[in-house]
Amino acid sequence: MKNRPPGEDVDNIVQLNQAEMASSDWSDLLGSLAVKPDKHIYARLFNHFAPKVKAYIVRLGVALSAAEELTQEVMLSVWRKAHMYHPEKAAASTWIFTLARNQSIDWMRKQKYPQYSLDEWSETASESGQGEQEVLSDRVARAISQLPEKQSQVIYMSYFEGRSHGDIASRLDIPLGSVKSRIRLASEKLKQIWGGEEYEY
Amino acid sequence: MNINHHLDDATLVSYSAGALSQGMALVVASHLSVCPQCRQRAEINDAVGGVLLESLESETVSDDMLASILTQLDDLPAETHSAVSGLTRKTIDPEIPAPLREYIDCSLDQLEWKRIVPGVTYYDMPWEGRGVSRLLRIAPGKAMLAHTHNGNELTMVLRGSFSDEVGHFRRGDVADLDDQIEHQPLVDSEVDCICLIATDAPLRFTTLFGKLVQPITGF
Repeated sequence: MKNRPPGEDVDNIVQLNQAEMASSDWSDLLGSLAVKPDKHIYARLFNHFAPKVKAYIVRLGVALSAAEELTQEVMLSVWRKAHMYHPEKAAASTWIFTLARNQSIDWMRKQKYPQYSLDEWSETASESGQGEQEVLSDRVARAISQLPEKQSQVIYMSYFEGRSHGDIASRLDIPLGSVKSRIRLASEKLKQIWGGEEYEY
Repeated sequence: MNINHHLDDATLVSYSAGALSQGMALVVASHLSVCPQCRQRAEINDAVGGVLLESLESETVSDDMLASILTQLDDLPAETHSAVSGLTRKTIDPEIPAPLREYIDCSLDQLEWKRIVPGVTYYDMPWEGRGVSRLLRIAPGKAMLAHTHNGNELTMVLRGSFSDEVGHFRRGDVADLDDQIEHQPLVDSEVDCICLIATDAPLRFTTLFGKLVQPITGF
């Protein structure tokens, strides 16, 4: 990690070298927070995720001072909603991403982003277990880095800048249909990896 | 629910990315609430968001944010399940998908429908933006005016059914169309067809009559 983790000196809570943590460890930690509130565990999750969440919020176009405040709100909700997290359903990063996304949109639009509800996660048939989620995350990360530039560009513009198909089309000066087919192609590759089909790296 | 028409991958990616307009996101969330198949695809896209979040270079967070949060935690009991699922205590009308219940607290028949032309009424969602976001109610045998789109159009059937050049759409189905499609939906059920629709740009009516009445349709 390039930046010094914030709040490192608070109560000497952070003892572990954050850089040595694998992504599955974060899901384990969040999973244990889901079972029992624990400030030490929370602090470790905070030190890892708060700087990422802030980076995401800033890329969405929120001014720095507001981004700081919004990051704090998102990280508070990690504590408040932790009991709703199921490590077997999603990686910690996925769960925190959806919290950050929803709260950022709510903040920017002053409207709640319609959700199919985190509650319903528990009813969703998800076959992969926790360890598998993490392996998948690593493979998807590699796959994203290997998408053709035209495809990764539309993925980044969607996720990091929150741009609609129409907005991307006018920015890149290409037809709406081209934007959608690029997103579909990228999505198809990522889904193949998720489904465990053969994929040439 | 037997669902035959699903969301486009490109739409699902934008939903997970948080890049859909309020109205489009409402249609997507409503379909997801009844379609396990699309929900599974949406979870993959959420996971892509998680991977991308991890890939970001960290932004410095002020030194006292953690301390400030830690002092708040004691006064901040974790949300309980009952507090979170307060929605479920309302009377549940199974005809209205859960995400839509946030904005409608009566049955579909009790809404104050406004008339566009005989046999076609609508109820607007409480927000403004580019394109429209509304419930549309069309009488049996009536057709929507032939149109195409400058952008995307999402339609989810809540009651009844309609057919168009693409296929036959029933309760739970979603028509996910863009500027490649010109269509004229015709209601073929015995009851009124009620749909939740959203567009992200104005429709383009393709007949002269359609062009003439466009100003009064609100599209």
